[in-house]
Amino acid sequence: MHNKNNLKGWLYLLPALVFVGVFMVYPLIDVMVYSVEEGYNFASQSYNGVGLYNYSYVLHDPYFLQAIKNTFILVMITVPLSTTIALLISLALNSISKLKDLFQTIFFLPYVTNTLAVGLVFMILFKKTAYSDGLINMFVNLFGGRSIDFITGSYSAKMFVMCLYTIWVVLPFKILILTSALASVPKVYYSAAEVDGTGSFRTFYKITLPMISPMIFYLVITGFIGAFKAYSDEVALFGTDLNSAGMNTIVGYIYDMLYGNSGGYPSFASAAAIILFAIVLTITVINLMVSRKVAVK
Amino acid sequence: MKIVLEHLTKQFISRHDANEIVTAVNDFDFEIPDGKLVGLLGPSGCGKSTTLNLICGLEVPTEGKIYFGDLDVTNLPPENRGVGMVFQNYALYPHFTVRQNIVFPLENLKGEEKMTREQMNEKAMEVAKLVQIDTLMERKPSELSGGQQQRVAIARALVKTPGVLLLDEPLSNLDARLRLQTREQIRRIQKETGITTIFVTHDQEEAMSISDLIIVMKDGVMQQMGEPQDVYNHPVNLFVAKFLGTPAINVFDGEIKNKKLYIGDDCIGKCDADDQEVYVGIRPEGFIPSEKGSLKCRFDRIETTGRDTSVVCHNEHCISDEDVRAIVDSDEKIVHKDGITRFDLRKGKYHIFSKKDEKVIDA
Repeated sequence: MHNKNNLKGWLYLLPALVFVGVFMVYPLIDVMVYSVEEGYNFASQSYNGVGLYNYSYVLHDPYFLQAIKNTFILVMITVPLSTTIALLISLALNSISKLKDLFQTIFFLPYVTNTLAVGLVFMILFKKTAYSDGLINMFVNLFGGRSIDFITGSYSAKMFVMCLYTIWVVLPFKILILTSALASVPKVYYSAAEVDGTGSFRTFYKITLPMISPMIFYLVITGFIGAFKAYSDEVALFGTDLNSAGMNTIVGYIYDMLYGNSGGYPSFASAAAIILFAIVLTITVINLMVSRKVAVK
Repeated sequence: MKIVLEHLTKQFISRHDANEIVTAVNDFDFEIPDGKLVGLLGPSGCGKSTTLNLICGLEVPTEGKIYFGDLDVTNLPPENRGVGMVFQNYALYPHFTVRQNIVFPLENLKGEEKMTREQMNEKAMEVAKLVQIDTLMERKPSELSGGQQQRVAIARALVKTPGVLLLDEPLSNLDARLRLQTREQIRRIQKETGITTIFVTHDQEEAMSISDLIIVMKDGVMQQMGEPQDVYNHPVNLFVAKFLGTPAINVFDGEIKNKKLYIGDDCIGKCDADDQEVYVGIRPEGFIPSEKGSLKCRFDRIETTGRDTSVVCHNEHCISDEDVRAIVDSDEKIVHKDGITRFDLRKGKYHIFSKKDEKVIDA
């Protein structure tokens, strides 16, 4: 009876298992295999040997190192900043009563807007053309500053636009999650705090924040993962040749290795993908450990 | 601390229609003496909780004033009123331990009142002992039973030694047995601390059993205030009479004719009032079975629930929802001839109410 039930259970799981197996487990193993096959030839499907040369190559490739640097800067700046800004906006949204729905809709709009369309808007804001220095530079000029080349100029200017863009794109979803998290905190806790004469900052810090912390951790963890996988946003801003723009990301590097102008190296791409996988896994595990520790406290 | 409410009124704009104004509390005017345990009693939606919130300071009155002692607190925020509040579902912070929950109000103190950590813990321990949760200090609220959570909430409300303690439906989330225990606990804690306490309830038995005073409310209007037994014995109107007592009072259509009180054709007593149609309310314990009794009812059955023996019968003039229910001595023999049982009525256990305004008419 017990065995029969077990069999039935597996049968029910079969469709899901097949899909996971074919589209997740097999590719993962395949990528691992690719990443250790040295001198793999795409045309003849042959290789000379097995070893860690691909990893060594990738880790010594200045483009890859640049991509790692870019990605890390992006992650470390955008995740905390976007979460904080989203929290502030959500708090403001939660405290107004008039036009709340309207504002919620406005803040959510970027989420349903296409990344490339948003990229175009940022181009208008930041890009220098023959006719104008971009909208932002007009303001800079207005206040007596010199035009800054955000798209093809200095690294820090480019990184600034990159971070701003990323934050702007990820903000709506975070606001959505946090406003509903804030709304789900029972009002009676605030009444209780009010009776006890709790100041508004202390109420936020001691009551609101702990109560919505699961949602914040969720956003931080998914935010880290999402930022590590950034690629399309960069293309939208700086075009497809990210290496020469110096703004490539790890995923961008993997893509270039596979299909880019210098592409056709699935072994190098696989090695880079495995390195990214290891980084994301490590960061996520650390995140989970921290969140669990804080939650227990 | 004495609490005085002066023409207190609270109006809200209706949630459904912005032009409609709902009066939750209508011209409350009474004084609660120092050190009493007061039950604020009424059906759901009668404005009890609003009254409590007004006293607490969570709501601002539309009109009227509130005094604690001689101090006008109408416009003071809750923390300056010296009130402790226990919410219906306790509102214990789930991420804090019992100790942290109790200490929380103390940590908010500023200026001269500021306490050291030791003083806080000492104070917390003191109230925890009072409500008998001192062994549970390091637990989280989720690890406590409903009754224990309730007591933590009371401890948190008491830790600042408030002049007034407010409890919103304190027993409604507890099961029957725990409710009995907890209400005794509330009684004991109130007596030990001597803090003027107001608690809101819709359960008349709860209010009657532990209160020094009860205040009966209906639709935002105070109906009657007094000692529980006194209110029970001398209701000022039909609503109060119907609201207090289980089983509920039996209400009949009656008539006063020539200084005599009739239910149908049965003359059941004398009455000095003018001739008029009236309601007659008879408490279940007001029936005395008697072969020559004046009130005739059609016998249906006898029900025994625990110590009570009740005679259930019908009378066409009875307008209560249920049948006529009389609680009698268990050794009393119930005689019914041709299906008719006769009762005499116990003086003081029936009340006469005017049909015009439902107010009591003195017999």
